[in-house]
Amino acid sequence: MQQSLNLKLIVPLALVALVLPFVLESYQVLQFTMVIILSIVLAGLILLTGFNGQVSLGHGAFYAIGAYTAAILMNGAGVPYLATLPVAALLGLVAGYLFGLPALRLEGHYLALATFALAVATPQILKHKALEPWTGGVQGIILDKPEPPAWLPVDADQWLYFVCLFVAALLFLLAWNIVRGKVGRAITAIRDQPIAAVSMGIDAAKYKSITFGVSAMYTAVGGALSAIVTQFVAPDSFAIFLSITFFVGMVVGGVRSLAGALLGALFLQFVPNLADELSKAAPGIVFGAVLIGCVYLMPTGIAGLYGVLTEKVRRLRR
Amino acid sequence: MSGLALQILSGLATGGIYASIALALVMIYQATHLVNFAQGEMAMLSTYFAWMLFAGGMGYWQVFFLTVAASFLFGMVIERIVIRPISGGSVLSVITVFIALMIIMTSFAGWVFTFTIKSFPSPFSDCWKITPLLSPHEVGMIAVTLAMLALVFAFFRFTPVGLAMRAAALDPVASRLVGIRVSRMLALGWGLAGAVGAVAGMMAAPIVYLDPHMMGGILIYGFAAALLGGINNPWGAVLGGLIVGVLENVCGTYLVGTELKLTIALVLIVGVLLLRPAGLFGKPTVTRV
Amino acid sequence: MSTVLEMRKVNAWYGATQVLHEVSLAVGEGQITALLGANGAGKTTTLRAICNLMVRTTGSLALLGDDISNTVTEDIVRLGVAHVPDGRGTFKSLTVEENLKLGAYARADRATIGRDYERVYGYFPRLAERRRQQAGTLSGGEQQMLAISRALMLQPKLLLLDEPSFGLAPIVVREIFSILKSINANDGVSMLLVEQNANMALKIAHVAYLLETGAVVMSGDAGAIASDEAIRRSYLGH
Repeated sequence: MQQSLNLKLIVPLALVALVLPFVLESYQVLQFTMVIILSIVLAGLILLTGFNGQVSLGHGAFYAIGAYTAAILMNGAGVPYLATLPVAALLGLVAGYLFGLPALRLEGHYLALATFALAVATPQILKHKALEPWTGGVQGIILDKPEPPAWLPVDADQWLYFVCLFVAALLFLLAWNIVRGKVGRAITAIRDQPIAAVSMGIDAAKYKSITFGVSAMYTAVGGALSAIVTQFVAPDSFAIFLSITFFVGMVVGGVRSLAGALLGALFLQFVPNLADELSKAAPGIVFGAVLIGCVYLMPTGIAGLYGVLTEKVRRLRR
Repeated sequence: MSGLALQILSGLATGGIYASIALALVMIYQATHLVNFAQGEMAMLSTYFAWMLFAGGMGYWQVFFLTVAASFLFGMVIERIVIRPISGGSVLSVITVFIALMIIMTSFAGWVFTFTIKSFPSPFSDCWKITPLLSPHEVGMIAVTLAMLALVFAFFRFTPVGLAMRAAALDPVASRLVGIRVSRMLALGWGLAGAVGAVAGMMAAPIVYLDPHMMGGILIYGFAAALLGGINNPWGAVLGGLIVGVLENVCGTYLVGTELKLTIALVLIVGVLLLRPAGLFGKPTVTRV
Repeated sequence: MSTVLEMRKVNAWYGATQVLHEVSLAVGEGQITALLGANGAGKTTTLRAICNLMVRTTGSLALLGDDISNTVTEDIVRLGVAHVPDGRGTFKSLTVEENLKLGAYARADRATIGRDYERVYGYFPRLAERRRQQAGTLSGGEQQMLAISRALMLQPKLLLLDEPSFGLAPIVVREIFSILKSINANDGVSMLLVEQNANMALKIAHVAYLLETGAVVMSGDAGAIASDEAIRRSYLGH
């Protein structure tokens, strides 16, 4: 488990991230903004699954909560877009915590099943007539594109990129602190030896629910940012395929370390575009094939490859 | 009042499909303790296979039985090649494989058959319309589902292989000691699940139409039915399916509206897992620490 | 005297832990051979090694002269080895009848199955009364009877029994052991009987082996061992 900050990697990465929006075209800046948003979502998922061992196939629902919270607040109540982020975070945290409350009853395959059902039911709930005044029903909600502050020499796309980058940096720092602290040890103990953990006095149920809540919080923040960045929410964007996409990104990126979040996000954003060149159905087959490859060849994902390769190099050096 | 009777009867008809999927899920769960997330996609591919045979000009019942046989083989192949290597792996790796299967199967169907909706024939002409409350296809659906379920139960109850499969699911070690080849029983179980799923798909397709995503909602109802009946109990799965079918219709029409039908399934799933994990008819299992 | 089973210098491991050390023993045809020893001596492991179940082994195992060292469990059963495991291994949610049917699942000669049901009910009339009952509802003693009967349905050349007396009242143990003795005397079924209860085992066995921490420390005629004061005191605890 990566617990130390590998400064040799992070510093250059940060520099690249800061420079990127100034050297790329607008649509490419948007793509990388989505990468940042996806990495926030995947970080939350990795906390839940990689570190705490709970498999969720339903995080699209929390993404939708975040997205619609931002959209409804901006559209209906005129709330400034930045202010919607803490609200989305809070709602995601509460929703995730509530769903994770029966965590000890819902374990393993059953939890996957329950979250799967949640994801499948989400679009229907979003389309429901009773909620239409807020959600805009099937047509969804269209938002205005936020303007950057006048005193900054950046355009709208670059500004949104930096907003997302800043939020991501904060959240990754938070996640890193969680993971290497007492809480991190507790939740990985629960993942590896649940019964032993309980007998050592760790309140497994509490930690599992809280982890679920935190994970949902990250996802909701990602959802809110995506609503702001794309200026559009509609129920059918939040169907089961979204949750499955997140799951794929987490596994491929590497479920055991936070670095996997970025790698998975890059995979999700760019590989389907490449595969699309081949045929419309190709992205799915590529996803599936890569997933199976991961299970058999690369269980710790791309992030894990780094550890595997450095280990092999170390052994060769001896 | 006939409105309610209509909803109930119609619910029983669709409940038969949920019961079939639930049965397939329970058969696999009993033998392997795995939730077959790809059950819907397997049934979908079987239905496309049938559609191809129809396009080739074959008669309905020939296609039906050929498809069932092919789906049986397909199920066994999946067990051998994809599932067996990772059985005993972590929850995450098992679920990853199932998700991969789902994705590959759906994309494959979309690639070969495109995502446009196709119609699927029903063999039940108007002579099957024995009551004004049900369409001919619904009546036929009930008949076929009942016949299939009866056959499956007879298989498990009265044949030596069926008995061996039950034993292998109950106690693999003791089964080996009486000479049962447990891995073969697993493959058989998956084959049966594939065949049962094919029947469910072919019965559902005339109503929900054929496209790569046709089984998504049905699968969720199948899960709800299996859990409701008791994930370890085949009889329970069937009853659960019928109950879910009726509930879906009745609640959908009178309570929450048809737009929230999937939420009913979600509530059922979460409710059963929280309140009575063994389901209505299952036995609570105690896990050894 | 020909041997049904011959184990020669068998070592067995669970993972990296070695549990049996160069165990050699033979079960004579038509005889009851007792394998005795304290808890953890490796008695159950020996039976598992014979069936190639759950342990890794080296050494030679021969059934009626044929080498079975590399045969899988299911095929060893088909060769005529019936193993009644510790804990009985009955299928609790299946009926008595269904359990017996499963005992005959792998047997070669199917024509005489009906007669064997009767024979087994003859030895254990209590099972006949309960033939439609779920196995899990039987008493401990009855489950042991069922486990033995199920094994007999195979028409086995060799019957392996793992601690049949475990958890049973003495009077039930006496009943079961006397029936085992009849089965051996009437039908000539060869048995390898693993027991902690040395007294009962020695009463019906012809030959006995003593196992201590995975190695054979003593073997010989059962009667001689039973009556030898020195052996009894040092190995059998009285």
